[in-house]
Amino acid sequence: MEIPLALRGILVITGKNMRLYYTKPPVLMFGLLFPLFMFLAFFVGRNLDLTTFFPAFLGMMLFFTASSVGPLITPWEKREKTYERLLSYPVTQDSIILGDITAGAVFGIGISLLVWLASTLFVPVTITNPGLFILAFVLGTISCAALGALLASPASDSPPNVMIFSNLIRFPLIFISGIFVPLAQMQGSAYILACCSPLTYLVDLFNAAMTGKSAFSPLLDAFVLLGVSLVFIVVARVIQKRNLVKGL
Amino acid sequence: MNAIQADHLIKRFGTVTAVNDVSLAVREGEIFGFLGPNGAGKTTTMRMLTGVLTPGSGSVLISGIDIHRHPLSAKMQMGVIPESSTVYGDLSAEQNLQLSGKMYGMPRKEREERVDELLTRMGLSEKRKIPVRTFSKGMKQRVSIACAIIHRPKVLLLDEPTSGLDVQSRRLVIETIRGMNEAGSTIFLTTHNIEEANTLCHTVCIINKGQIVAQESPERLKKMFDTTQSVEISFDRQVTKELFLDPVILRAEPCGDKWRLYTDNPDLVVKYIVGRAERESIGITSLVTSGPSLEEAFVQLTECA
Repeated sequence: MEIPLALRGILVITGKNMRLYYTKPPVLMFGLLFPLFMFLAFFVGRNLDLTTFFPAFLGMMLFFTASSVGPLITPWEKREKTYERLLSYPVTQDSIILGDITAGAVFGIGISLLVWLASTLFVPVTITNPGLFILAFVLGTISCAALGALLASPASDSPPNVMIFSNLIRFPLIFISGIFVPLAQMQGSAYILACCSPLTYLVDLFNAAMTGKSAFSPLLDAFVLLGVSLVFIVVARVIQKRNLVKGL
Repeated sequence: MNAIQADHLIKRFGTVTAVNDVSLAVREGEIFGFLGPNGAGKTTTMRMLTGVLTPGSGSVLISGIDIHRHPLSAKMQMGVIPESSTVYGDLSAEQNLQLSGKMYGMPRKEREERVDELLTRMGLSEKRKIPVRTFSKGMKQRVSIACAIIHRPKVLLLDEPTSGLDVQSRRLVIETIRGMNEAGSTIFLTTHNIEEANTLCHTVCIINKGQIVAQESPERLKKMFDTTQSVEISFDRQVTKELFLDPVILRAEPCGDKWRLYTDNPDLVVKYIVGRAERESIGITSLVTSGPSLEEAFVQLTECA
């Protein structure tokens, strides 16, 4: 009896998150405007091949959108004192984390798909492997949304503090993950750093799906994304359980 | 079967033991008051009963279901009203209730009927579409209560439900608690308000420094203590303390426009005061004798523990 109840809880929490948090200013700011401004700052007015850089841009968009909802939800609920009521409903803390991740993933997929569809009107975007493209979208949104839930884990009931903390983690990642400098052109410590970022594997998977060229095997990219998703979820679960009382 | 059965609950936060070996049993259909001074462990105990916190050791059964082994099934049996008016400010009263109904898996038609019924009962039907953040504290608390009872829970747990409310909201909350109890729900209620516990609860449990110090009916609890009785009296004019100088009156305290006289023998006090008032041509406008108070028992229990 518990599994159907748990699934229903995750669905209802996801719906609640979509309704309440998608239009919150921090989500719009860090999930939509920032990647857009990043794109404008780095790509517009420079003599870059947009078709070549499009997979990286899509990876960045997916990364920002999917990871922007998660960090906001738990601190916001703790500040508004709704978290305790949420926990007293027939849900567990795991359902809440999974509901937060699903809401982030849906936001990431929705916005990134819109951006991709709109971009096809201006940039000659190709997809050489639709299966890999879908896989990149799915694994990318899950891993980035799981990162968002992990970033919400510090014991804080102050959304601005958590958003600042999450941007301290997210911004450096986009500079080391083969978005602005292709992985093939990286050397030495830059390359090692890039290999440590999960975003690198998402961008690489998009490259494999859209251009047919990738630095790593798509299988490796997929395994890394799946692995980091699981690690993010498990660590978020452990930290959030430990910090449960703080801010209730 | 008890509606709530908690056995040997212990909860530590670092080196602090917030709840130390608490066991309690709440019978089906009763209103159970959980009293204690600030920091006594009331909220921590309630959070363990509602499955929000996991106890360090011990077990909690809700309608016979272990809340830590089967949290979702156990939570389906109960409605919870946490200490703050915890509703979503960005949602309207109706949306908050709809969300709550969905959480408990109520079918759409039943949910909509129940939302209408509760909004009417709580006096909120005209403001059903307005975001709750614009509501007063009392209105938010009414939404919070409606959210907790939308699925007609077998067990209702309330943490300080009338704290800081205006008279109308407080009455509505108490009526709702009584109504739920009459409809068959078991009520677990933490409160600071001794009078509320005295008039509302079938059983009162007092916790102090993380341990249960008493669990009885309010009347039996009062009788357990050799507490002083009192006489409340008011006159048609101002009088001074000198009027009450008699060995039978242990202590006299002004109390608004009345005087409260503490005594071991209220009959003698009444005789003395009536005689004295007649002699001095003072009119008595009201006179009420009170038995031992639960407040006195509470103070003695929490001070001597």
